[in-house]
Amino acid sequence: MEWTADGLIIGVRRHGESSVILEAMVAGRGRHLGLVRGGRSRKLAAALQPGNTVQLVWRARIEDHLGTYSVELLDARAATLIVDRLRLYTAQLLCEHLRLLPERDPHDRLLARSVDILEDERSAATLGPALARYELNLLDELGFGLDLETCAATGTTNDLTHVSPRSGRAVCREAAAPYLDRLFPLPPFLVSDAKVEPGDIAAAFALTGYFLDRHVWSARPVDPPPTRDLLIGMLCADAAPPGLPSPAIVPQ
Amino acid sequence: MANGGPEIEQLIQLLARLPGLGPRSARRAVLHLIKKKDGLMVPLAAALDRAVAAVRTCEICGNVDTSSPCSICSDPRRIEAGLLVVVEDVADLWALERAGAGAVLYHVLGGVLSPLDGVGPDDLSIDALINRASVAKEVVLAVNATVEGQTTAHYITDRLAGTGVKVTRLAHGVPVGGELDYLDEGTLTQALKARTAI
Repeated sequence: MEWTADGLIIGVRRHGESSVILEAMVAGRGRHLGLVRGGRSRKLAAALQPGNTVQLVWRARIEDHLGTYSVELLDARAATLIVDRLRLYTAQLLCEHLRLLPERDPHDRLLARSVDILEDERSAATLGPALARYELNLLDELGFGLDLETCAATGTTNDLTHVSPRSGRAVCREAAAPYLDRLFPLPPFLVSDAKVEPGDIAAAFALTGYFLDRHVWSARPVDPPPTRDLLIGMLCADAAPPGLPSPAIVPQ
Repeated sequence: MANGGPEIEQLIQLLARLPGLGPRSARRAVLHLIKKKDGLMVPLAAALDRAVAAVRTCEICGNVDTSSPCSICSDPRRIEAGLLVVVEDVADLWALERAGAGAVLYHVLGGVLSPLDGVGPDDLSIDALINRASVAKEVVLAVNATVEGQTTAHYITDRLAGTGVKVTRLAHGVPVGGELDYLDEGTLTQALKARTAI
């Protein structure tokens, strides 16, 4: 078995004294692992950094084997990421999210969005909405997508202002009114091209964080990525006025 | 196949666990030790015995030494200089000492933040570093120039933000003896960005 493709490195794990097991997102193949012999050498270590794009040649005797990778560096993105705290945390978070995907299951839309976010030198104001939408897409690709198009109570598609933590479905303003303390606010930018208002970023991450925790982190069980909280702290500090509720606080 | 008595076999198995040694090279090492029993094996066993009894981890910096606090943390010249260099592990500390880093104190983190390996902030000696940093004049983050190393550096910088201490990091760029043609693109990009006036 052999194939050649470009891949986004999302993780590198030591294997023995000189080799590594490389985790890469490959178009059409999804999250694919392989052994890189000599991957801890000076020559290869710089190329095998999360966030870099490499050309991969995967070889194995049969399809189910781990197989070995031959690697050639195409885009040394990690070098520019490590000097910028915001981009570095973003890259770490994206890699951690991508590692939640099942192995060898194509998720090309998520891969394309990841590369898009990594390539752009975004400000906190544009990065926050992009990452919140990315987490919604992640939930969708993992099979736990939220229904934010119609009201769970009335079926209307207008004036959707909240989300039910139980069903993951949108609720319109009228139906939400008696239960405001038990519903998540739905930031308008998640369902339309609406402008991002102060507090929207924190609300969006509280929403996605709750469902990621319920369906993915707690279910596996794994800890939420530590970089997520750091990143949200930075994004909210830049995008929201002080006094907003912490994104970690979710309705009961 | 057995290579002699169980004692010899056990010795081979233990040596084979050392970094850089496999079963074959461990067997060669054991044969060499047996041949030089008085000149090498006995002194080696005695040295191992003494090291087991004496070696301990420094309660201040995490270095390994025969005393705690270690000789570095007890050096008044280094304490007075107030420069605290943060490294990932003891091997990095030794590398900096070999390089003649000067009158500096160290802090060994014990690794870097690595979600893949399940290493979080609580698994590293970051809280101890924050306590030590309050009396330092400068904290130098000498962690590896990897994504994980630099994430750790940024995290520590955030944690140190309230202490008012000056935080710096090692430069990234062209190594001495390095030829530009052979350097990876990432290092070259960094070197160009961090250029200095001559």
